[in-house]
Amino acid sequence: MDTLLLLGNEAIAQGAIDGGLSGCYAYPGTPSTELMEYIQHNKEAAEKSIHRVWSSNEKTAMEGAMGMSYAGKRAIVAFKHVGLNVAADAFMNASITGVNGGVVVLSADDPSMHSSQNEQDSRMYAKFALLPVLEPSSQQEAYDMAYAAFELSEKFGVPIVMRITTRLAHSRAGIIRGQTKPQNKLHLPVEAKKFILLPAIARASYHQLVEKQSNFEKDSENSPFNAYIDGNDKKLGIIASGIGFNYVMECYPDRKNPHPVVKVTQYPIPRKQVEKLYNECDEILVVEEGYPIIEEMMKGYTNTTKPIHGRLDGWLPREGELTPVALYKALGVPTTEALTIPQIVQPRPPQLCQGCSHRDVAEMINGAVAVYGKGRVFADIGCYTLTKMPPFDTIDTCLDMGASITMAKGAADAGLVPAIALIGDSTFTHSGMTGLLDAVIENTPITVVISDNYTTGMTGGQDSAATNRLVNICRGLGVDSDHIKLINPLKKFAEENLNIMKEEMAYNGVSVIIAQRECIQTFQRRAKEKRKEKAAE
Amino acid sequence: MKTDIILAGVGGQGILSIAAVIGHAALSKGLYIKQAEVHGMSQRGGDVQSHLRISDAPIASDLIPQGGADMILSVEPMEALRYLPYLSPNGWLITNTTPFININGYPEVDTLMAEIKKVKNHVAIDADTIAKDLRMPKSSNIVILGAASTHLSNIPYEDFELGIRELFGRKGEEIVSANLKALKAGREAKQQ
Repeated sequence: MDTLLLLGNEAIAQGAIDGGLSGCYAYPGTPSTELMEYIQHNKEAAEKSIHRVWSSNEKTAMEGAMGMSYAGKRAIVAFKHVGLNVAADAFMNASITGVNGGVVVLSADDPSMHSSQNEQDSRMYAKFALLPVLEPSSQQEAYDMAYAAFELSEKFGVPIVMRITTRLAHSRAGIIRGQTKPQNKLHLPVEAKKFILLPAIARASYHQLVEKQSNFEKDSENSPFNAYIDGNDKKLGIIASGIGFNYVMECYPDRKNPHPVVKVTQYPIPRKQVEKLYNECDEILVVEEGYPIIEEMMKGYTNTTKPIHGRLDGWLPREGELTPVALYKALGVPTTEALTIPQIVQPRPPQLCQGCSHRDVAEMINGAVAVYGKGRVFADIGCYTLTKMPPFDTIDTCLDMGASITMAKGAADAGLVPAIALIGDSTFTHSGMTGLLDAVIENTPITVVISDNYTTGMTGGQDSAATNRLVNICRGLGVDSDHIKLINPLKKFAEENLNIMKEEMAYNGVSVIIAQRECIQTFQRRAKEKRKEKAAE
Repeated sequence: MKTDIILAGVGGQGILSIAAVIGHAALSKGLYIKQAEVHGMSQRGGDVQSHLRISDAPIASDLIPQGGADMILSVEPMEALRYLPYLSPNGWLITNTTPFININGYPEVDTLMAEIKKVKNHVAIDADTIAKDLRMPKSSNIVILGAASTHLSNIPYEDFELGIRELFGRKGEEIVSANLKALKAGREAKQQ
C-alpha cells in the first residue's frame, strides 16, 4: 500500500475510518479541525455513509457520539482542549455509563497557546474521568492508535481518550495503512440500564469503573505502544511521554541514548516499567508535553523520593511546549551558538483580512461606544477578537465561547449600562443562545451584535449552524422583533448602521443587531471555484 | 543524510505549497519526512513558518533544533531574519527580496538587505519580479524554491518537477507548466 503524507489529525481520521468508524462528531477548533475536514473530504467515508456533519458545539458532539455508541456503532468525537470543557458534563458521565460501540474522544491540546486562551492538559480530564489515554508520539502511531482504539474501548466498555498536541496535530509524515475493518452492525446494549444514570445504577457502574482501573494499568504494561528501552548509564532514567519521547531521542542523532527510557504513550502509566526504572536509576527525568502530571505522581506530596527532575524543578521550562533545545539543556547535550534575531525585525501579529466585515462592525461599535465611554464591549472567541488590535481597539473582554452575552448581562446587572456583546454567528449557536435567553428573561439592557459572516471563520471557514437561522432563533428566544435589526456592514451604509446601533443602545432592554456579510475568505474561495467551473464548461 | 529547512513567510504567501512540493519529491525518493505547519489564528496576515525535515533515517522531533537548520527558505525578507536562531553556522539563507508590508514600523529595505548580507551563506533574489515577468505573479514561492533547489542535493531537480506535477496536476497543464517555468527561472536566477 502507498505511503500517505498526512497531518497527525488526518492520520487519526484515516485510522478511525479504517478501524470501523460509523460517525465523527466535532466542533471546529485549532489544532483539531483537520480531523473532521479529512473525513468530510474522504471518498471512502462518503461511500460508507460515515456521519461527518459539524455539531453545534462540543457537548452536542460528545452526546451524539454516545448515542451512536448506544446503538452499537463506533464513533469519534474531536475538538480542541478547551472544547472538552464544554463537553465535560457528557464526558465525565460517559465514563460511568460506559459504551456499547467503541468511542474515541480526541482532544487536541495547544501548549504555548498558538491559537488558544490557555494550555490546559487533557490528560488531567482523563484522570478525572478515570479513563485510559492514548498519546501518540508520531503520525504513524496516531494512525495505529486510532485504528486500535475502538477495540480497546469495546474491550473495556469505556470511552478512550486520545490526547495530542499542536505539533503532532499539524505536522505531516508518511503513514502506512492497515486492513480496513467493517463497521459494527446496529445492536442495542446487552446491559441496557447502564445508560440510565439514576443514582443506584450510577453507584454500581462507578464501582465497576473503579474496579477496572487495575485492568487499565495491566493493559498499559503490556501495550505495544509503551516501551522500556534499556541504557547503560543508570545515573539518570527518563520517563518520556507522547511527543516528549521524540525530543529525548533528538538529543542522540545515532539513536543511542545512554540512559534507560520508559516511553509512555498509553495511560495509566505502565507501573511495572516505571518501577523498574525507578529502582535501577539514581535520578529520574520526566519529559512530558503539557502539565507536569507524571512528574507530580512520581514526586508524591512530600517529595521524599529519589530526585525527580522535570518541569517542576527547572530542568525543563514550567510553561509552553517542549523543544529540542530544552532537552539538549536538560540532558547536557552541547548546543550550537545560535544567531540572534536582528533588532530591526518587527512583530507581525495576525490581523483581520482586508475586506473583512468584522472591520466595519468594529468601527460601528467604536462610534456608538464613544457616546457612553469605553470599557463596555464584551467580546467572544473568533476572528473579531482581533479587533483588540490597532487601529480598532474595540473589545474589552474575551473569556470563553459564548461569554460575551452573559458577561455583558452581568455587567449590566451591576450597573454598566448599556453593555455591548460582540459575538460571531457560529459562536452564538455554539453557546451564546442560552445566555441570550437569560437576558431576555430579565429584559436586561444589553445590545448584542452578532457579526454574521456565514461561516466559522477563524478555523478556516467551516459550515456555521447559524446560517439563515439567526433571526428565527432570536425571535424564538423571545427577543422583541422591533429590536432585532438586520444590517449590512458595508462602508456605504456606515452612517445608517451607526444610527441603528446608537438607537438600540439607548433602548432599555435586549436588542440584537445582526450584521450580515460573507467572510472574505469563503467569498474568494467560492469565486475561484465558480471561475474554475466556468472555465471547465 | 538529513536536510532541515525552515520555510518562512506571511500567511497566504504559499509556503505550504513549497513544503508540499519538496514533500512529494522526498517521499518519491523513499526518504523520511516530517513537516510541522502553522494552522489557525496566526495565518491571518501574521508571520508563519514551517519546519521541514528530510532524512534517509527515521526522524525524531517534528521541530528543528535551534542552530540546526541547513536552510532558511523565505518568501519575504524580514521573515527570513526572524528565524536566524534556527540556522546552522554553515546553513544557507535563501530569500525573496520583495517586502510584504502590512504593519507599521516595517524596516527600511536597505537595512534589511544589510542584515541578510551579514549571513555567511545567503541568496537573495527578486522572486516577485521574476514571477511577474513570467506572467505568473502568484508563483514567486515556486521561484524561490527553484533558487533553493541547487542546495537540496539529496533531491534531484527532476523530482521537484515531479512534485510540481503532483501538487498542481489537478489544476490543469497550463498551471503545471507555468510553475515548472517558475521553478526553472528561480534556479537560473540563483546560478547567475
